[in-house]
Amino acid sequence: MKKLINKPENVEVEMLEGMEMAHGDLLRKLDGFNVLVRADKKQGKVALVSGGGSGHEPAHGGYVGTGMLDGAVAGAMFTSPTPDQVFEAVKAVDAGKGVLLVIKNYTGDVLNFEMAADMAEMEGIKVDKVVVNDDVAVMDSLYTTGRRGVAGTVFVHKVAGAMAEQGAELAEVKRVAEKAIANVRTMGVALSACTVPAAGKPGFSLEEDEMEVGLGIHGEPGTHKSKMMPADEIVDLLLAKIFEDMPMGKGDKVAVMVNGCGGTPVSELYILNRRVGEVMKEKGIAVKKTLVGDYMTSLEMQGGAISILKLDDELEALLNEPANTVGLKI
Amino acid sequence: MDGQVFKKLLEEIAEKMKENRQFLTDLDQVIGDGDHGINMDRGFTKVLEKIPSMPDDVSMCMKQTGMTLVSTVGGAAGPLYGTAFMKAGDAIKGKEEVGVEDAILMMDAAIQGVMKLGKATTGEKTMLDSLVPAYEALKECLEAGKEAKVCFTEAVQAAEAGVEYTKTIIATKGRASYLGERSIGHQDPGATSSLVILTVIRDFLV
Repeated sequence: MKKLINKPENVEVEMLEGMEMAHGDLLRKLDGFNVLVRADKKQGKVALVSGGGSGHEPAHGGYVGTGMLDGAVAGAMFTSPTPDQVFEAVKAVDAGKGVLLVIKNYTGDVLNFEMAADMAEMEGIKVDKVVVNDDVAVMDSLYTTGRRGVAGTVFVHKVAGAMAEQGAELAEVKRVAEKAIANVRTMGVALSACTVPAAGKPGFSLEEDEMEVGLGIHGEPGTHKSKMMPADEIVDLLLAKIFEDMPMGKGDKVAVMVNGCGGTPVSELYILNRRVGEVMKEKGIAVKKTLVGDYMTSLEMQGGAISILKLDDELEALLNEPANTVGLKI
Repeated sequence: MDGQVFKKLLEEIAEKMKENRQFLTDLDQVIGDGDHGINMDRGFTKVLEKIPSMPDDVSMCMKQTGMTLVSTVGGAAGPLYGTAFMKAGDAIKGKEEVGVEDAILMMDAAIQGVMKLGKATTGEKTMLDSLVPAYEALKECLEAGKEAKVCFTEAVQAAEAGVEYTKTIIATKGRASYLGERSIGHQDPGATSSLVILTVIRDFLV
């Protein structure tokens, strides 16, 4: 393992401290907790808290700021944060109008955030939650605890954050978050594994001519291995899974995110996006917004994922509202 | 067993968790995200630090152990193991000495807690696949009037068989569930860490 770190056990806290130093205008770290909160806490607004394991930067701290999250909780690398950490975030951001927890559907995240919600309710803080499950890689939900929550979560942060910024009540913020969740799908592919500092070696192995299809965002293996393909064919494969799950056609409008896993050059992501644009045009689907870059990464993993958010007028308007965060500015 | 003895047991569990850190992590890398050993070791290392300040009361020790695991392990294992210890501690509230019959009460409470929180049952390739057979074997053996040491040995054997069984089934809970059939052939890291704990308890008593 060759990494720019000091000690594996200090990676998360040192990363957050560095982030606060770089972006003190947007966010600050809570003393003693791996939690980032908005530097300009806004009173009388529903607060949004999200989080998960570290290693997904800019997620989740990168989405703390105007128009998106009020607090982000960073667990150990790829490990859900603990309930006490989430609880501290909830207490710090609560501005009297309630707190919405945006959880990605991983068993650990759900359990820890639910425990935190119970703790907050006992303190008299109004808390509600939504669970994002955008990953269409997992086919048979009968045999799983449901689909994973992956990069599409960024869209959920964006639209729910915009709604909250406008002064909406908790129930309204939750409603648009759930609408976004119902309309977002993601499918990804990995070309290499990544190395969690505490583990010291890559999470899985891939041959030179192989790729892992349907990966999650925690360095866990995907649904199956496949022979490496040209970029256009990969896009077709990923989009086919998405369309299979969420049929779309002429007259529909969408937002597209081509997300990098951390180790893929942006040039390659643009090549993927080029094909996404072609396919959408062929199908008569209007692309109203496109995000290309590293939005929810898996350390230095090579690969990418495509997220499609089907839009109605409300979601489109919320997506275009201003956001000022490290990871997304609109 | 009183609080003092229980603390020694906790120390041994922490030691064994450190020893098995890499093994559990390797198991998890095949079907999960490869951090189970790292997380369990982090949790029990923290428990170890807290042992000197824990009261000499088995119930309180177990509850504090559970709370420490919840606030340090993370992932799914944190809440699940945390709940298991807290529920087990709750089952023997107010007792100064804990006997063999209490072990059944404690295990039952722990298992019920894990099942409820994880919305899981046996046969889903989780820690329950080693805990539940161990509990059943222990209960049956003790009810048959056999010696405690023999019963704990039988419980560990049942847990070992349970871990073997997890190799033959598809994961339907937790991160391994996303692998579907690819999870067949690999033993479950959570069932294995439960076996590690049960083995320490047996060795401690025998």
